[in-house]
Amino acid sequence: MIRYIVRRVLFLIPVLVGVAFCVFTLLYLTPGDPARMVLGDLATESALQEFRAKEGLDQPYLVQFGNYLYKAVFHGDIGRSYVTKRPVMSEILVAFPYTLKLAAFAMVIAILVGVPCGILSAIKQYSIFDTLTMIFAMIGLSMPVFWLGLLLIILFSVHLRWLPSSGFDTFQAMILPSVALAAQSISMVTRMTRSSMLEVIRADYIRTARSKGQKESIVIWVHALRNALIPVVTLCGLQFGHLLSGAILTESIFAIPGVGRLMVDAIKTRDYPMVQGGVLFVAVAFSIVNLLVDLLYAYIDPRIKAQYR
Amino acid sequence: MTMNANDLLLDIRELTIHYVTDNGTVHAVEGLNLELGRGETLGLVGETGAGKTTTALGITRLLPVPPGVVRGGQILFDGEDVLLKDEEEMRSIRGGKIAMIFQDPMTSLNPVMTVDKQVAEMIKLHRKVSESEALEQAAEMLDLVGIRRERLRDYPHQFSGGMKQRVVIAIALACDPKLLIADEPTTALDVTIQAQVLELMKNLKRQFGTSMILITHDLGIVAETCDKVGIMYAGRLVEYGDTKSLYDNPNHPYTVGLFKSVPDLEEDCDELSVIPGLMPDPMDLPSGCAFHPRCSHAEEACSRERPVMIEIEPGHFIACPVRARALGKA
Repeated sequence: MIRYIVRRVLFLIPVLVGVAFCVFTLLYLTPGDPARMVLGDLATESALQEFRAKEGLDQPYLVQFGNYLYKAVFHGDIGRSYVTKRPVMSEILVAFPYTLKLAAFAMVIAILVGVPCGILSAIKQYSIFDTLTMIFAMIGLSMPVFWLGLLLIILFSVHLRWLPSSGFDTFQAMILPSVALAAQSISMVTRMTRSSMLEVIRADYIRTARSKGQKESIVIWVHALRNALIPVVTLCGLQFGHLLSGAILTESIFAIPGVGRLMVDAIKTRDYPMVQGGVLFVAVAFSIVNLLVDLLYAYIDPRIKAQYR
Repeated sequence: MTMNANDLLLDIRELTIHYVTDNGTVHAVEGLNLELGRGETLGLVGETGAGKTTTALGITRLLPVPPGVVRGGQILFDGEDVLLKDEEEMRSIRGGKIAMIFQDPMTSLNPVMTVDKQVAEMIKLHRKVSESEALEQAAEMLDLVGIRRERLRDYPHQFSGGMKQRVVIAIALACDPKLLIADEPTTALDVTIQAQVLELMKNLKRQFGTSMILITHDLGIVAETCDKVGIMYAGRLVEYGDTKSLYDNPNHPYTVGLFKSVPDLEEDCDELSVIPGLMPDPMDLPSGCAFHPRCSHAEEACSRERPVMIEIEPGHFIACPVRARALGKA
């Protein structure tokens, strides 16, 4: 198992170098001169030249990329924001807790709502509950988060005045953005739990458990659930990675100063180091979440653990 | 079919089970009568779709509902009708008094639970024992079926098919049931393993004094294992008798056809004989005797009247008035 973990961690390295390369190249190829963006239209040619030399922008492409990687790996330095002049890393570390909190909240909501709804839908297949759940899941899946977010604000903040429309510092303020962000995940978790459960409750070993004289509740919650959850865990892992990186819209609508908003602002101002750093950071977070999910997976399913002995 | 009621462990009377689907009603079991004495082994033989498994699931009330519906009849187990029991009483019967072995050992065990726990679960449900005692008894039971102690904490995927079926047998017999229903227990295993598993079941059955219903479509297995045989066709019993008298003297045209379709090693034969036609559509069974469209002995009356069981020699019954008449028994 430890060998498996080490191997999985080592596998992260090429993935992250690849991500860094892609982000770096994309921004390099994007039209627009960061020197002019930062110094403004009135800057003199010599000032522009000086800025390019100072930031290494006059160097060949591969040299620029090599320098970037070298500093990132050995000094944890992923550049300095053109706009705020502060290190990108410290800007991200300020913003990240908001994003993490938002994603974690949304994930908890998705699991707490999605898993039980999925199980009940499967047990009562074709019942009214099942039908309604599937309709809501379809709506949740189809509704874009920016639209749902606005609707929630109109209803709960403007009309009912129950919850604040922005910020993320109090518990009340966290509710609307988390729900808006969770909507798609709730739907996906519900649907996955339902279909996985439907498959499992028809399995032979469920019949075996019943033929032992086991209570129906234990048959469902012990025998069926643990088997049915295996694909759900994978989905939740992917979803959590998605929530971490996909909170951009939610953060923009609810004015939450997270990594997503940091990146949107950086893109608007062509703050290259900030965009690069943000994407790299999100990619690292995504990869680590995936690694944790794979390990959890091996814990739940002994057949997988056996493969990695 | 009569036997001293006290000797009967299981007495099924006019059992009718249907599956109601959107496309129509499947007549899986139609007016089935079946008896099983204490300590006896009954072989239930028939083609796929004859209603064997449905009967077995009906006895333990494990039919998938919907679509399964018991339309009528009685299932007297130890003199009490299991169809009238509530769910809690049924739970103590399942596993405790009637245990089942299913066809496919590959999928019959929970993949995320160690095998000793799966046996111990059965023991804990029916005996008042602690977790550790249950595990100890499970270990003894697994030892009995030939699974060594060091493999107790293994998961099902670490065992071969034959070994898994041994685990399934250990689960089934763990609480010393009165009746064991084995639904094609060896169909999914290869031939050498089949023989081992059957031998094991026979020995354990003797050791525990369990009655058994062995569901199969393998006439050879029945000959080796069973005291009595029931031949099922389209949800009904068509012939029933002692294994010896039925094998020596099969009489229902369907049974005769079945025996003819088994190749004989001693005789040269280019082509196997087959029963002409196909199993009837269970949603639309023929009137009268369900076998009459395929039967060379069929008479006009066969399509009108449902045949009853007629005793043609002591303990040997057929549901065919034409053949019974030919034997001078009707």
